[in-house]
Amino acid sequence: MDTHVHDRRRFLALAAGAAAAPLLTACGAGFGGDDSKSDGSAADDVTGSFDWKREQGTTVKALLNKHPYTDALIADLKSFTAKTGIKVEYDVFPEDNYFDKLTVDLSSGRASYDVFMLGAYMVWQYGPPGWLEDLGPWMRNSSATGAEWDQADFFPNLLQAGQWSLRAGAPLGQGGQYALPWGWETNVVAYNTEVFRKLGLKPAESFDELAELAASIKRKAPGAGFDGMYGIAVRGSRSWATIHPGFMTMYARNGLKDFTVDGGKLTPAMNSPEAVAFTEDWARMVKRGGPPSWTSYTWYQCSSDLGAEKAGMLFDADTAAYFQAVKGASPASGKIAFHPGPKGPDGSLATNMWIWSLGMNAKSEKKSAGWLFLQWATGKEHLRKGAITHNHIDPVRKSVADDAAYKDKMRHLPGFLETFETVVDQTKIQFTPQAQFFDATTSWAAALQEIYGGKGAQSVLDGLADDLAGKVG
Amino acid sequence: MRLALRPYLLIVPALLLTCGILYPFGLGLYYTLFDFSASKPQPDMVRFENYTTVFTQEAFWNSAWVTVLYAVGAAAVETVLGVAVALLLHRSSLLGRILEKILILPLMIAPVIAAIIWKLMLQPSVGVVNYLLRPFGLGGVQWTDTPTGALLSSIAVDVWVYTPFVAILALAGLRSLPTSPFEAAAVDGAGWWYTFRRLTLPMLWPYVLVAVIFRFMDSLKVFDIIYALTEGGPGDSTVVLQIRAYLEAIRFQRYSFGISYTIVLWAVVYLAAMVLVKHLGKIQRRAAEVT
Repeated sequence: MDTHVHDRRRFLALAAGAAAAPLLTACGAGFGGDDSKSDGSAADDVTGSFDWKREQGTTVKALLNKHPYTDALIADLKSFTAKTGIKVEYDVFPEDNYFDKLTVDLSSGRASYDVFMLGAYMVWQYGPPGWLEDLGPWMRNSSATGAEWDQADFFPNLLQAGQWSLRAGAPLGQGGQYALPWGWETNVVAYNTEVFRKLGLKPAESFDELAELAASIKRKAPGAGFDGMYGIAVRGSRSWATIHPGFMTMYARNGLKDFTVDGGKLTPAMNSPEAVAFTEDWARMVKRGGPPSWTSYTWYQCSSDLGAEKAGMLFDADTAAYFQAVKGASPASGKIAFHPGPKGPDGSLATNMWIWSLGMNAKSEKKSAGWLFLQWATGKEHLRKGAITHNHIDPVRKSVADDAAYKDKMRHLPGFLETFETVVDQTKIQFTPQAQFFDATTSWAAALQEIYGGKGAQSVLDGLADDLAGKVG
Repeated sequence: MRLALRPYLLIVPALLLTCGILYPFGLGLYYTLFDFSASKPQPDMVRFENYTTVFTQEAFWNSAWVTVLYAVGAAAVETVLGVAVALLLHRSSLLGRILEKILILPLMIAPVIAAIIWKLMLQPSVGVVNYLLRPFGLGGVQWTDTPTGALLSSIAVDVWVYTPFVAILALAGLRSLPTSPFEAAAVDGAGWWYTFRRLTLPMLWPYVLVAVIFRFMDSLKVFDIIYALTEGGPGDSTVVLQIRAYLEAIRFQRYSFGISYTIVLWAVVYLAAMVLVKHLGKIQRRAAEVT
């Protein structure tokens, strides 16, 4: 009997050892799969004259975010297949899950998706680990890129937004091109013309005026027949997305920085006296004129409140207002106008941008076909069609922005084209590029919520700066 | 020979299952000894540095405190309410049988969906909760805008989803209790409160404690309800350990550090489960003595 027990124990020990063996083997294999990198770009393999049919019969897999721009792309995919013979398979995810899906997929080291949508901030996260293909060599290779693609036609700030040297604090517009501009948004003020007319208001030219205007609308609008209307819709959820639209735009117009860079070392600057004063003012504006339950507000709520005539103004992406302003889209459609928003103390209209770019998986085995897709999706023909026949507004190309048909389409929206033209050259990424962007801005949003909740701005922002100094320095 | 091998063959499925559980767990544990992150795909061995960093972070202690508050609060309210509902439903009637069917509905809804529904209902200006409270002069409550409000609202959603679970377990317990002690108590003229305190509750405790164990463990691991309702805000007021781990590992891509958070959470849950299960054994013995 004892022998039996002993044997069983020995068997279990052996079995445990056998089970541990693959564990140890896996551990020895390293992290995240094959990290072997080639110095040469796959773009160098493309030679001869440019040919759209070069990859005929190939299938490219795309990961897309649910967005009106995506709808315009999908609606036109048949043209791409007809032009190239390349089939595109795609998955579309809602924005709440999209970036988690993309992050997990890229970090797995597999090539489930050859091409995908991303923003400039994601380049800072996905670029350093080597997950993104440098598109520069593809753009420079005339065998891979058709002459009609016309790189000079892009607004320069947009092309620069996807170009980075992968060094924290280094300015954009240098190094590899990790994403191509496809669609973008500029952050401006949209307002309900009816409530402005009834209350005898006009758009604010300074931040103090904006805060006063927001409070005034919240106070007076219900008496003017706008039951439950508040002054200004701005984002407030505990997310990086709260910082980058209206808040960062106004922050930049005040000449404020998120980090200072000295000899490649980043120092958090959101606790400087000027930044603290501005953050207090922003929180006060939200408290006096912002939405109830602001701490849960994403762009969806901001946008729908403007459309539902619950908000008198919106300081967010112009597209968030546009989709409410188009005919029949909402109770406020036909009553929404656009304005560049308040100027900074020195007259600055520096504006932060959101850019929907397209990128390629560095692990893709179909890079040549993927590049043809990116070239087509960011090309004049598709983008013009998207802007004129669909809702792919805010053109990334100057030729589309200047196109008479596009202007005719947008002219019925009061102030849209004027606002776009006023801020287009001053709209760029106002953040300092660095890999901890999402940690920094999520923590920043949490700090903003605490200040809104009544905590002292100086101590909260000092705490934030201390925390971030150890992470990004 | 075949006979000698049979016991070992019989344990093969269990062994495979155990390996299937232990392999990813062991791998996760191993990764916590490195500084593996998106910015460092070829990491260095840092031994226990991730754990020392976790324990020296103010954010960790804040999250641990919020997690405990949430778990204790949710499990306590669900237990009291669940037992109360079970006692009401135990009196068999047509209404009771109908209510039983309705009671199970929240359990059929994914918690994340329940949280989204409640998020809309708690919306201050258009939510139905404030609309119903308006006649009582309470229509302007900003449910999730303050730290306390956000935590209580999250617990309330948890209670809404999981109280039926406790009630169903307690009801099953009540229906399985022997009738003779209650008949004897009735003959002796014992009142309802006395019977409940001295007979029902002691005999029901093993069932209730099973429900408490499940709910407490689950509440310690909560993610979906809080993330959908508050995203961890305002500030860090509802960032429980699971949310912190998710942010670190997925959103900020500090994989090893994120896993360290989950390992610490696992240890907490494991220890709590050990204590509760040990307690369950004692209570079961005590209940057996009562019967």
